[in-house]
Amino acid sequence: MLAKDGLPEEGDLRAVMPDEKKLAAGPAAIIECWQEIPCDACARACPNYAILPMPNLYERPQVDFSRCRGCGVCLSACPGLAIFIADGSRSEGAVLRLPYEFLPLPQAGQRVAGLGRAGEVLGKFLVLDVTGANMRENPAVIFLLVPPDMAMRVRNISLEGA
Amino acid sequence: MTGGVRECDVLVIGGGPAGLCAALAAASCGVGVIMAERDGHLGGQLAKQTHKFFGSARQFGGERGFLIAQRLAAEAENAAGIEILTETPVLGIYEDGVATLLHRGGHMKVRPRKIVAACGAAENFLAFEGNDLPGVCSAGAAETLINAQGVLPGRRALMVGGGNVGLMVAYQLLQAGMEVPALINHAPQIDGYWVHAAKIRRSGVPILNSTTIKSAYGNGQVEGAIICEVDENRQPLPGTERRVECDLICLAVGLSPLNGLCQQAGAALAYIPELSGHVPVTDEYLRTSQEGLYAAGDAAGVEEAATAMEEGKIAGLSAAVALGYGGTAAQEALTEAAAELKRLREGPMSERIRRGLAVLRSEVIKC
Repeated sequence: MLAKDGLPEEGDLRAVMPDEKKLAAGPAAIIECWQEIPCDACARACPNYAILPMPNLYERPQVDFSRCRGCGVCLSACPGLAIFIADGSRSEGAVLRLPYEFLPLPQAGQRVAGLGRAGEVLGKFLVLDVTGANMRENPAVIFLLVPPDMAMRVRNISLEGA
Repeated sequence: MTGGVRECDVLVIGGGPAGLCAALAAASCGVGVIMAERDGHLGGQLAKQTHKFFGSARQFGGERGFLIAQRLAAEAENAAGIEILTETPVLGIYEDGVATLLHRGGHMKVRPRKIVAACGAAENFLAFEGNDLPGVCSAGAAETLINAQGVLPGRRALMVGGGNVGLMVAYQLLQAGMEVPALINHAPQIDGYWVHAAKIRRSGVPILNSTTIKSAYGNGQVEGAIICEVDENRQPLPGTERRVECDLICLAVGLSPLNGLCQQAGAALAYIPELSGHVPVTDEYLRTSQEGLYAAGDAAGVEEAATAMEEGKIAGLSAAVALGYGGTAAQEALTEAAAELKRLREGPMSERIRRGLAVLRSEVIKC
């Protein structure tokens, strides 16, 4: 429960998910920002104006999925590490992009444990790519190949036992 | 200098986000500023905070804390008219308007025409058996050790406190390579932002609400803690005690405004729980009841770095305008900062702060 430990429930998630058609068409941003925080970092960062401007700074981000190209600039900008990119267009599975701020970073080609929102292990998944050249300023981004039904469940990785 | 007393337009006490913004705003009007910081570097708590901050572009929202600190410090170092004194605590403000500073082992006396108190806040402690054991420390101390000094204070840390400091520092301890067996929170729900809670949850840290620490145990140093559940009145529930093995217990149980200098200078204080304790009574220009003394940032009521920055600007500009500097540009900047501060505070997350400020501002009429 969100107020108890920040974990969303099904209904919370449904409200921020792109529809199946959008997910199948390519990458899109999933913004798991549940409170009206005075912050507009994502909306300012979006190069496609897909995150609606916030006349009131405290408004929750709203994604116009017809404009979102899943570029991931908002993922890097979000101070809450609350933005994930999911791409359901690949035949081999869904590609998730996760913000990550731990060292060591995994290597592309490595299989790592995928963790759910409560840190539970959901399986071992392939790391497709890692961008972490500028962790001083922004989180690294892990590109993880997961089964389609895991796209809304995996939110972290662990290298332990990898 | 007259009689060993230095004169200046504005003395800013504290080099954190509020103090830096106050000094920059005052100096931008042509005012001569002395900024005294007790630490060896500028930036206050921001200097050791690795997470990105919320906020709008004006407060560098979306940037990591230490980068915001570096940015503001560089601006102050390059600004004309700001003399920065680090490792210089302000000891007192006296009846004749002279402030004494401890600087390079001696007393420095300054007679400023205006003072901005941006002294910040201090972390609260908690009473429990064994809290004097080595290994019990504040969350801020642990943060300083891992992020500023590169020292790992332990291997396994129990975090006490469900506000943003507890959630954020728990995350930073994980980043430093420590284990966090649990974060305990005496309230039934977390007080910090849910996104910060989500970050430690997905790293596997349990958040135990309605739970408190009963005691710390260990032979000469912390070897563990006894925690227990609390009822709706936050009283310990007998029979719910359990042991958590850890070598560090971090306390993130709130902050109290550092109000000593304002009080000594003669400013009226008010007890406002929503602002975290006794704070100087201020008006919207952040003037205290003591002529020429302004207060900004956590010293004026514990809030966030973004609001501290805007408060700093308001206090610095108010002082400059009162001295006759800045003209219409300063008036406009003052209006802008006030509008931005209002914007930062108008959401539901700021309801408590708004309530506290309403009480505080009603005190202005009394003094």
